[in-house]
Amino acid sequence: MPVLMDGERMSRTLTRIAHEIVERNRGVGDIALVGVRTRGVPMAKRLAVILREVTGHEVATGALDITLYRDDLMKAVVGPQPIVRRTEIPFSIDGRHIVLVDDVLYTGRTIRAALDALIDFGRPSTIQLVVMVDRGHRELPIKADYVGKNVPTSRRESVQVRLAEIDGVDEVLLDQSEGGPA
Amino acid sequence: MSDTATRLRGKDLLGIADMTAAEISLILDTAEAMKEVSARPIKKVPALRGKTVINLFYEPSTRTRTSFEVAEKRLSADTLNIAIAQSSVVKGETLIDTALNLEAMNPDIIVCRHGSSGANHLLARTCKAGVVNAGDGMHEHPTQALLDAFTIRERKKRLAGLKVAIVGDLLHSRVFRSNVYLLTKMGAEVWACGPSTLTPVGIANLGIHVTTRVEEAVEGADAVMMLRIQMERMQGGYFPSLREYFQVFGMTPARVALAKPDAIIMHPGPMNRGVEIASEVADGPASVILDQVANGVAVRMAVLYLLAGGGEDEAAA
Repeated sequence: MPVLMDGERMSRTLTRIAHEIVERNRGVGDIALVGVRTRGVPMAKRLAVILREVTGHEVATGALDITLYRDDLMKAVVGPQPIVRRTEIPFSIDGRHIVLVDDVLYTGRTIRAALDALIDFGRPSTIQLVVMVDRGHRELPIKADYVGKNVPTSRRESVQVRLAEIDGVDEVLLDQSEGGPA
Repeated sequence: MSDTATRLRGKDLLGIADMTAAEISLILDTAEAMKEVSARPIKKVPALRGKTVINLFYEPSTRTRTSFEVAEKRLSADTLNIAIAQSSVVKGETLIDTALNLEAMNPDIIVCRHGSSGANHLLARTCKAGVVNAGDGMHEHPTQALLDAFTIRERKKRLAGLKVAIVGDLLHSRVFRSNVYLLTKMGAEVWACGPSTLTPVGIANLGIHVTTRVEEAVEGADAVMMLRIQMERMQGGYFPSLREYFQVFGMTPARVALAKPDAIIMHPGPMNRGVEIASEVADGPASVILDQVANGVAVRMAVLYLLAGGGEDEAAA
């Protein structure tokens, strides 16, 4: 499988995105990071570490499971239903700038579900979106505010972001073998 | 791997007896996420939006029916309650005719409690909708066993290797049967104790220990589960008096002291205080009886979610 990004490139990309977050929000005062399960969660934690190094401030992080908000749940899906995991947002999101973090932006349906899920927890001042890879093919009017890498893909391909915390290695791969949806 | 599951195999949840350990674990794991939903300021997720769930209760029930209804509403399902006293059943309609009429309204899931063992199996064969057994006669009450297991696992972090004592009316109890199936499948050591008149013949064949001495059952137990004396199902003289029953089998502080120091005391409700359990025990620090009620909602949400999402393959095949 072709490697789109290696570990070093991913690390530099997260550092760049952290700086963009600081620049755009003029600091990190009211910011909280919320990772979309599964791989958005370690990405959010890494961003929090970088933000602390850059600004000296702790940034709250949470984890969001969007399974119960999916729009394809009850369809006759191929393969198993996703396992529902806990959502952990141990802070108030009211009036804060919430930076949503996910690995791949594709149809936009995951983010639509994440927005619905997040708004059940309160009324954030803004919601911004970080993704490691934007692979196109949007089906909803959704766009990311911070993109690691834009990758033109065909629908038959799949983009796999691997993270050391979960997969033991940092890399982004392009799977051309008739993969399922990323 | 065969010991993990990502879906339930059938469209129904009729009993623990025909479930695998992997399916039980899947429900318990899913219930953990569901419990978090109940702790939110907005206790509702859209997972079952547009799904219709019928609660068909042929027997009185407050806790179980309310628990299912809360679970359905938290998943955004549309719920209908059919209480039998106001239904056409009192006009002589059979269970199958009732089922066919309900089926014509195209529900997705029917939650049913019935006084006859096996009624839910009949319903499941008749209907395309998924059927959840909310208690059938003296047979099974699977969601109660699942919430009991969830409560034990929450406190003890495991089920395998634990000693669980179940004390009371073993004969009439569907909660007992479901719990025996579940706990033995998950590797717990089950001790059953009750008067010999209320102990079914041959239950030791289920792979459990059976005794009539409550002290033996409770000694060193990690969890003690009390069963209700079901006066409404007792026509004969199973024991001389409620007072004598309490003296011989009732859970008193002295008997609780025989269990492990961190043992938990459970009861599926409704309790007969002073019959199977002393008030000091029911309200004491080891009691998790109200946790069981709270966990019931989470476990039922998990069951409804998994049934509504799974089972499509078999229906198509």
